[in-house]
This record gives sequence, structure tokens and C-alpha cells, in this order.
Amino acid sequence: MADTASASQLTPPPAARRFRLLSDRRLAGLFISPALLLLLFLSIFPLFWALYLSFTDYSATRDVPSRWIWFENYGDLLTSPQVHERAITTLIFVVGAISLQTLLGFTIAYLISRRVRGRGLLTTLFLVPMMLSPVVVGLFWKFMLDAQFGVINSFATSLGLGSAEWLTDERLALLSVIVVDTWQWTPFIMLIALAGLTAVPKYLYEASEIDRASEWFRFRHITLPIVWPLLLIAVLFRAIEAFRLFDLVYILTGGGPGAATETLSFHVYKTAFLGFDTGRASAYGVLMVIVVIVLAQFYLRYLNRLQER
Amino acid sequence: MAVNLQPREVASEGIAGETAPVPGVVRRRRRRVRGIVEIALLTVLAVIMLFPVVWMLETSLKDQRDIYAVPAKVFDFSVTLDHFKNVFASDSPVVEGFKNSVIVAGSSTILATLLGVPAAWAYSRFKIRAKKDQLFFILSTRFMPPVVVVIPIFLMYRDLGLIDTTLGLILIYSAFNLPFTIWMMKGFVDEVPAEYEEAAMLDGYSRVEAFHRVTLPLLVPGIAATAVFALIFSWNEFVFAVFLASSDAARTAPPAIAGLIGGTTIDWGLVAASAMTFAFPVLVFAFLVRKHLVAGVTLGAVRR
Repeated sequence: MADTASASQLTPPPAARRFRLLSDRRLAGLFISPALLLLLFLSIFPLFWALYLSFTDYSATRDVPSRWIWFENYGDLLTSPQVHERAITTLIFVVGAISLQTLLGFTIAYLISRRVRGRGLLTTLFLVPMMLSPVVVGLFWKFMLDAQFGVINSFATSLGLGSAEWLTDERLALLSVIVVDTWQWTPFIMLIALAGLTAVPKYLYEASEIDRASEWFRFRHITLPIVWPLLLIAVLFRAIEAFRLFDLVYILTGGGPGAATETLSFHVYKTAFLGFDTGRASAYGVLMVIVVIVLAQFYLRYLNRLQER
Repeated sequence: MAVNLQPREVASEGIAGETAPVPGVVRRRRRRVRGIVEIALLTVLAVIMLFPVVWMLETSLKDQRDIYAVPAKVFDFSVTLDHFKNVFASDSPVVEGFKNSVIVAGSSTILATLLGVPAAWAYSRFKIRAKKDQLFFILSTRFMPPVVVVIPIFLMYRDLGLIDTTLGLILIYSAFNLPFTIWMMKGFVDEVPAEYEEAAMLDGYSRVEAFHRVTLPLLVPGIAATAVFALIFSWNEFVFAVFLASSDAARTAPPAIAGLIGGTTIDWGLVAASAMTFAFPVLVFAFLVRKHLVAGVTLGAVRR
């Protein structure tokens, strides 16, 4: 390794300046630990603090010392009909939004993948909603769905469909949130499905053409098996994000009307920052984190399988 | 000349095919109809997807009266730049937010890059115990619900005096972008052959020098793309911003813009103009890194 005699004729060897102190092991530690420390300080430690708080009746605004109450918070939450209601709202939202996004996203990706010209331009255009901040998206739609001067109602009236209270009608509000989330995140599924679709080798289609395979057979036995693993990753990723939805609800409906659009995240926020019941909110949060960890495990496992291929 | 190359029988068959349609022609025609249907469908979907953006752009340019016109005016409205002027006026409630956003997004991106790039390089090059578990663990911190994380962070920041400071936001955004930066950069480092560094080390450079002189220059485009994504993520972030920095001094643009709809009367022209001003740089940046979008939006997990 130190034999640089021939090279030294071209460039002076800096061999004398080598740091023996920095072994690879130490170097790796030196390079990784700052990053891990920051994560530890701002991601892991807070979670453990929340775990500790979840066993107390601590309140962020009261000056009374908190009491250790073991699993009382958890017991209350798991038996509370309110929490069950929020869990069902969240479930409806996740299932509704994700199925719509998957269906639409995959359809658009499939249609784009069949075009030869203008593919890049089309993809770029379709991706715009995804890059916008949830604040911007929420405001766009709050304006468009406004009952009085919203453009959606205006169009619906001109078409003779009558108008609706999109965000303040108890039956429509959750649907509206689902639609807005779908508008923003369909491009995400589309983008990943498109990556899968363009990875399908052309010769497979050519071979199936020679065999006179039907369109459906080709889709079912060539396209889908190749796109499926990638699509699953996208769907799981979206499911995790949809489960923790907060910002859209905050801007569009504020959880209302009543509690029609109150997701679990929004309920945690209300418990912590409006009710100042910090201990209970922490327990609530810990329960949510457990769900996220389970979902993330599925995600990471599939991801691992995909990467090893 | 070319005619001579083709056997006579085949050529005459081709001519016969034109007078009486053979299955091939029917199939071709059906394919063309299908193509038109597909293009029509794509156009409709594209219009639906883009309409809200176009509508907001129109609203930001419309005269105050035309904004609330019923039925809505799509094409014939009087154009004005007043709303954009209001966004940057001295008494504007959002202009301070934009300044803070630039500081917070910029600094947190720099910090995340400075911490993330060396870590990604180390994860890519060295044998590290339980490397895969560490990497998956790092990624999973990004999945935590922000509303849950913000509760203990809020208490912690209150004790440390970081509430309502840009520094507090910069730190939390760096932590929030770090998993992404590490995963994304590890992909880019993996693409640079380790042999380059080994060759440099044979020439007598130390590991660090080899990284600095050989690998780092090759990573510049990757670092740029990663930084742009981190910039977009911090720029767009809302939950931490609204809970950790609600005072005017440290408030970033997203809560400031959201604050515009808090009052009893809402100036939708100003909201639209602020939202467009806020979204414009994101769209430009996203366009610059469009090649890396798949990796970017999956936090560096999926690479194609």
C-alpha cells in the first residue's frame, strides 16, 4: 500500500502526512455520531419524554406537581367512545383517500406510460399539486369549496346541480377532506407507479404480442407483477402519512362541523393545546406512535425486500 | 430498386389488403380510436388536476369585485397586480414570514447537509455494526406523527427558551430533514465506486483526503439535489411552525399565510397572492430536481 515509488515521479507523494490516528472505525464514528446525536436529542428523547408523561396527570399550564397514575390515561383513552369515533373517522379517511389515490394515480400513470410523445411534460404538469405546501393546498380548496362564492358551487349551479355546503355539512365535510387529500397526493402514487411501469422491459410486451396475448392478459401477467411491489411501497408510505393527517384538517375544517372531520392527530392536538391535558395527550400520542411503528415495520420490510432484489 | 427486393406474391397481397380490410387494418383502426380516447381522458384529468392552481393564480390577479363574482368568472376578468403589491407592502402580515422562512429553510438545509453528507458517506463505505437496522431506524424517526412529537418538543423548548425563536425551528427542521438527507445521499455515494477512493489512498492520501479530493467533487450534483429537496420540505412545513413559533418575530410563511383566514373577513385576493408567491419558488426548485423526484418524495428510499 505504501509502495508509491512509480507514482511519486508524477505527483509528490503526500504519504508523510497520513493520519494514523484516524482508523476507519473511529472515522465512521466521527462522521456518524453528530447526525445521530441530533436525532437522539430531537426525535428519540422527546418520544421517551412523552412516554414518561403518559403515565402522569401532568398539565403544561398548571403549576401543581404531577402525579404518577400508571395506566389510567391509557385505560381512559382505550375505553373512551370519543376516541373510538376519531379512530373510525381516521380509518374512513385513510381507506377512502388511499383507495382513491391508488386508483387514480395508477390510471394516470398507465395512460402516461402508453404515450410516446410529451411524457415528460405531462408528468411534470401532473406533479404540481404534490409539491405544494399543505397550507397552500388547504387554502386553495377552502376558497374553491366556499358555500357562497366558491367556484365549485358556481359551476355546479350553472350545470343545474344545485350548491352544497362542502365544508360545513356533516355528511360532506369528511368527503371534501378526502377529495382534497386525493388531489394533492394522487401525483405521488402516479409518480411511483410510472417509475414501475417504465421499468417493464419492452421485450416482454413484444413476446406477448407475438403470442397474441390479450390486452388484459398482458396487464395481469406482465405489467402488474412488475409494478406491484413498487406500488405497495407507495401505498404504505401514503397510508402512514394519511394516518397522521393534521394540517389539511386544521386549515379546511378545524375538525368540524361537530367532530365530523376530527382525525386522531387533530384530537391529540385539541387535548394537548386546547385542553392542556398534557399527560393524556402524551398517552394518546404514544398509542398513535405504536400504530405508526407497526405500519412502518411493514413498509421497511417491503422496502428491504425490494432493495435486495 | 426496392421493389425488386420484394417477392412478387407478397407485394400483390399488400395491394389486395387495401381493397378488402384484413384483420390487421381493423386492429390498427381500433388502436387509433383507443389512442384518441386515452388522450382525451388524460386531458380531462390534467385539466382537473391543474384547475385549482390556475384558479388560485387567476384569483391573485383578479379585481376585488371579480373574485366574489357569481357565477365565477373564468376568462373575462380585469387584471390587477394590487394583491401582489399588498403581499410585499410594509404593513403586510406575511412579508416578515417570508423573511423568516428563507432564514429557517436555508439554515436548516445547510445544517442537515453538513451533518447528513458525512454520515451518508460513512454508512456507504464502512462496515458498521447493524448498519441496516441503524438506517431503517433513522428513516423511521421521520414517520412519527408531528403533532405527537411537538408536545414534548414544546415542553423541552419552553425549558430551554427556544420557543418562538428561529433557532428552535432551524434545529427541529434539521432533525426532520436528516433522515431524508442520509438516505438520499447514501444512494448517491453508493453510485461512486469505492475503488476511486482506494486508488487515491494507494497514492498516499488518507481516507478523509481521498473523500475530500475524489468523492466529494463527484457528489456535488447529488448534494445539490438533496439540498433542494430539504429546502422544499422545510419551506413547506406547517405543524412545527404553527406550534413552536407563533409570535410575529419568528413566524414563518406557512402559519403567517394560514393566519390570513383567521379573521372575520377574509381578503381572498391577498391569500391567493401570498399562496402563489409562496408556492412559486417551490415549483421552480422542484422543476430543477425533477430527475430525482422519485427518490426525493420517498425520502430516498426508492431509487430508479
